[in-house]
Parts: sequence; structure tokens; C-alpha cells
Amino acid sequence: MIKFTFYFFSIILIFAAMRLITVRNPVHAALFLVLSFFSSASIWLLLHAEFLAIALILVYVGAVMVLFLFVVMMLDINVTMIRDGFARYMPVATLVGVVILVEMGLVIFSHLPEVQPVVMAADVSNTKMLGQVLYTIYVYPFEIAAVILLVAMVAAIALTHIPRTRMKYQTPSHQVNVRRQDRVRLVKMPTEPKD
Amino acid sequence: MTLIELNMLMPEIILLSMASLILIIDAFLPDDLRDLTYQLSQGTLIGVGLVIFSTYPQQTELALHGMFVTDPMGATLKLFIVGIVFFTFLYSRSYLKERNFFKGEYFTLGLFATLGMLIMVSAHNMLVIYLGLELLSLSLYAMVAMHRDSQSATEAAMKYFVLGAIASGILLYGMSMLYGMTGTLDLNELSQSLSTLDEYHTALVFGLVFIVVGLAFKLGAVPFHMWVPDVYQGSPTSVTLFISSAPKLAAFAMVMRLLVDGMGHLHSDWQDMLILLSILSMAIGNIVAISQTNIKRMLAYSTISHVGFLLLGILTADKAGYAASMFYVVSYALMTLGGFGMILLLSRAGFEAENISDYKGLNERNSWFAFIMLILMLSMMGVPPMLGFWAKFSVVMQLINSGMLWLAIVAVLFAVIGAFYYLRIIWMMYFEKPEETAPIEDTMDMRVAVSANGLLVLGLGLMPHTLMTICLSAFSLV
Repeated sequence: MIKFTFYFFSIILIFAAMRLITVRNPVHAALFLVLSFFSSASIWLLLHAEFLAIALILVYVGAVMVLFLFVVMMLDINVTMIRDGFARYMPVATLVGVVILVEMGLVIFSHLPEVQPVVMAADVSNTKMLGQVLYTIYVYPFEIAAVILLVAMVAAIALTHIPRTRMKYQTPSHQVNVRRQDRVRLVKMPTEPKD
Repeated sequence: MTLIELNMLMPEIILLSMASLILIIDAFLPDDLRDLTYQLSQGTLIGVGLVIFSTYPQQTELALHGMFVTDPMGATLKLFIVGIVFFTFLYSRSYLKERNFFKGEYFTLGLFATLGMLIMVSAHNMLVIYLGLELLSLSLYAMVAMHRDSQSATEAAMKYFVLGAIASGILLYGMSMLYGMTGTLDLNELSQSLSTLDEYHTALVFGLVFIVVGLAFKLGAVPFHMWVPDVYQGSPTSVTLFISSAPKLAAFAMVMRLLVDGMGHLHSDWQDMLILLSILSMAIGNIVAISQTNIKRMLAYSTISHVGFLLLGILTADKAGYAASMFYVVSYALMTLGGFGMILLLSRAGFEAENISDYKGLNERNSWFAFIMLILMLSMMGVPPMLGFWAKFSVVMQLINSGMLWLAIVAVLFAVIGAFYYLRIIWMMYFEKPEETAPIEDTMDMRVAVSANGLLVLGLGLMPHTLMTICLSAFSLV
């Protein structure tokens, strides 16, 4: 049964990943990415890595990909321009693909000694285990990571924020109350002599 | 976490709380009170320095499940880092004001970068080392890019960011490989399990190579130095000053923690790698610096050559050598602080004194600052009895003591080649007519600080044993 589930999700994953790079519509591509995330999360569940699986679905599918979809829908992406380089990069891409295939083949057919997976007891929850060490043993790196996020925020604001005084905005009342002499200046100039 | 452990972490805790507080205060300050941010930052640095001094440890102690370490070396380096950042802020103030660039973020990001350095210095776990490094780097990238209207600063920030990210990735890759082999991130456990894994030597060296490459990137050693000249030249000078001084001390600590504390067992392997890096750095740094016309770029290549010398002490792989390297890195930081401080002093709004020709006839314009610059250049060159001489001398002596006479000779040869470009500046200051005749105008504190900096280099050169004793006692050799 486990084997069946594994192959079922793997086939969906491979299919979704292939469609992701072949469909023309970027919205469809994003949806296929969601599908591939979902299938890989299911495979992780089979490996008893439930925390990673849940985090992948909640964070990537739930938050990141939804935002990404919004962006893709808002932007008018020129598909033909993206596909422009396809023929040009084809030889290199094929080469890389073949190398990866050969490498994978070497690994699969070379009969390496099999490593038995560590079997966890059924009642061990890795979410609980992570929670137990994250705020105790790893509290120091955890806090540093928080400071790094704070610095990222400060840096992003410092690099993009424009103070109000330098901002260009309109004041409707000024525009309505404008008088002719504010905008138009009559200048007296000598007439140009005819050639 | 016990109270004693919290006490050991006190400098970091104070720095973080104050940096966050200053961040909030700064957001509500009107522009004409911006000086308060500067004063609070300086006050914080003084306070942190006092706390580090009052909790100076006598022996090595671990805290927080072995992730945090306090030892004499770490505390000494932290004191120097805090002091050097203090001087950096002092030098930057009028430079930033003249260019309408006096923003609170400069100081808060600087404080966060300092926090990153302190974390790196007392890290005892590869995860913590990496996080401290990222905290430092992220703050520095933002500081370089903060001058948004300047195209060169943006370009420098982009280069720094991309290459820095690659370096972090390489370092992380090496760490993950070691983790895969030994199953631990703790440096003590790492060094214990390395000694039992001799049959996997090749795989361990493979991981080690990535770590050394990552460290070389961060230190700016040849052949991983490409970012240094561009970033130094492109950044606003005050930021260049920041990047070039205190982070080198933190990088030294990182090398010590990773290579010596963590992988001391593999020292015969990293010794060869460091020899190569060091010879290349001294060669490329000193030779390429000769053809530079921009003094910031010249000092960048000079930094690369100093990094080569710095590695010489570490690669002897004994305590006296580490002490000599520490002496070198502290002297280097003091000299480079003075050098860039001088550029800041001679620059004014709309004019950067960054071409070597701007130093022509400095003696006629202001003989006192020409004298300070003379001290700094002679010291960087390594002329006795300047501080730089004792730094080079102690490193070379340690090389000879550990039987690497040929390397010592190579180092001295490159030092002689390097003397040329420092001498050229001295020649221009004293024997050429000034092209620029505008009087040097700057605030009083800036003048006093640069003078004090120069005199400190001279004074420590005349009495090198004071600094040397500090460095030796950091490795409990006195």
C-alpha cells in the first residue's frame, strides 16, 4: 500500500513538474507548481516528516504561492518574449539534462550498499521534538535569526522609503485656487528681424 | 539558561536592546535632533565596552548548551571591535552631515553589524558562526547601498551582495558537509570526532576546502578578492572605513574558531591552503596596488596584502603564531582606521579626496596632518619603529621559529615591493606642489580623533610590548 501511495504521488509530482515548465499560461504554471508542492508534501508525510510537510503546505502553498499567483495575474507578462531564448539555449540545456541523466543512471545501476531507514516509533512526533529544542537548546541561534529578520526589515525600509518632504503629491485646493498670474508669465521680446 | 549564563551574554544583550531602542527613538526624532541618535549610539558602544571590560574572563567558559564561549581572546577582540566602531562613527559624523546623508539607519545598522561581530567572536557552534556572519553581512550590504542616489554605491552594493551571498553559500556547503560526516555542529564535539575519522580523511578535506574558500572570500584573500577593490572604491568613504576595519577582527575570530578550535586536527591540510592564499595575496595585493591612482582602491589592495601577512601567523598552527596574527590584525585595523579617517578629513561636501594626486603638497597646506599621514603610511609600510613594523616582525619571527624560513623570505620581499606605493604618497605630500589649495575644514572632534589615532599608532610603535602583552595573554602565553 505504501509503495502504491508513493508511486501515485511521485507520478503526479513528475507530471506537475513537467507541465509547470511546458504550459504557456503563467497562471497555469503557478497552479501546477502548487500541485507539485502538494505532492512532494505527501511524499514527505510518507517519510514521517510531518512537520516539513505541513510547513510546506501552509507556508509555500498557503502564503507564498497565493501571493505569487496574485502577482502573476496582475502583471501582463509577455510570454513570447520569455520563450525567445528557447532555441538558443536548447543545446546547453540538452547537454545538462543528459549529464544529469547519466549521473542518475550511474547511481541507480551501480548497486550501492542499501541504507536501511531509521524507523521511528509511531508515537514520536517530530513537530513536538522540534518544539522542545527550538526554544531551549537552540534559543540563541533562534534569537539571532530574529535579529537578522529585523535587520532585513530595517534595511528594506532604509533603502526604499521616501520621506514625505521629498514625495511629489498634489494638493487639490491649491490646484483649484490657482490664478492666471501664478502660471502664465508674459514676456516682452523684441521682434526678430526678417532675413 | 541560568543567571550566570545571562551575565556572560550581557554585552550582546545590552547592545541588542539599545540598538532596538535607538531604532524606535530615531523614528520619532525630528531631523534637527538627529544628533541624538549619534550620541546614543556612541553611549551604547562605551557602555558595552565597559561591560566587556568588567566581565573580562580568566579562562574559557561555555554557555547556552555550548553555543556561546567567553575566553580572553574573544573578550580582547570584542573590546577592540567596540572601540574601533566608536572611532568609525566619530569619523563618519561630519562626512555624513556634509552630504545630507545623516540618517539614523546608518548608526542603527552599524550597531546591528557590531552585534553580528560580537556574536561571531564568541560563537562556539557552526550554526551560530554562520548566523552572526549573516547578521554582519546583511547590515553591511544595506549600509553600502544606503547612498541611493549614487550609482557607484549601488553598483558596489550589488557586487558585494552577490559575491557575499556566494561566499556564504560556499561556507555553508562546507559546514553541511562536515555536519554530514561528524553529525555535530558544536566545535568541541567536531574536533573530537574529527580525530576518530581518519579513514574518511578525503571527505573531511573536501568539506574543509569549502570552509577555507568561504573564509578567504570574507577576508578578501587572493584569489577570492575580486569584490574588495570595487566595494572599497564604490562605497561612501565612511562605509568603506566601517567595512575595512572592525569586520576584519571578527573575520580573524571566525578563522580561529573554525580552523583552530573546530578543525585543529586537520591543521596539516589547512596549513598548505593558507600558505597558497597568503603568498598569492601578498603578491597580487602589493604589485597591483602600485598602479592604482585612486587611494581608496590602493588601500583596498593594501588590505589584500595585509590579509596575506595576517594568514602567515595563523598558518604556523601554534599559539605564539596566533598571538602574532592577532597583533597584526589589531594593528592593521588601527592603521586602516587612520588612513580612511584621513580621507574623510580631507574630503568636504562635493569633493572626495580619493585620488592620490589630491595629496600633493599636503605638507604646505597643513603640516600637522601631513605628519599624521606620514606616520600612518610608514606604519603600513612596516618601517621601524612604527606599529606596522612590529606587526610584520612578529609574524615573520613566528614563521622562522616554526621552520618556514623560505616563506619568511618571500613575505619580506613582498613587503619591500609594497613599500613603493606608500612612499609615493609620502613623496607627493612633501615634495610636490599642491594642486588643491582650499583649506582643510573640519570639526574639532574629527581633528582631535584623527590626531589621536595617528599618535596611538606612533605610541604603540614605540612601546609595542603593551599591545603584544595583551595579545599574548589572550592565548595565555604570559
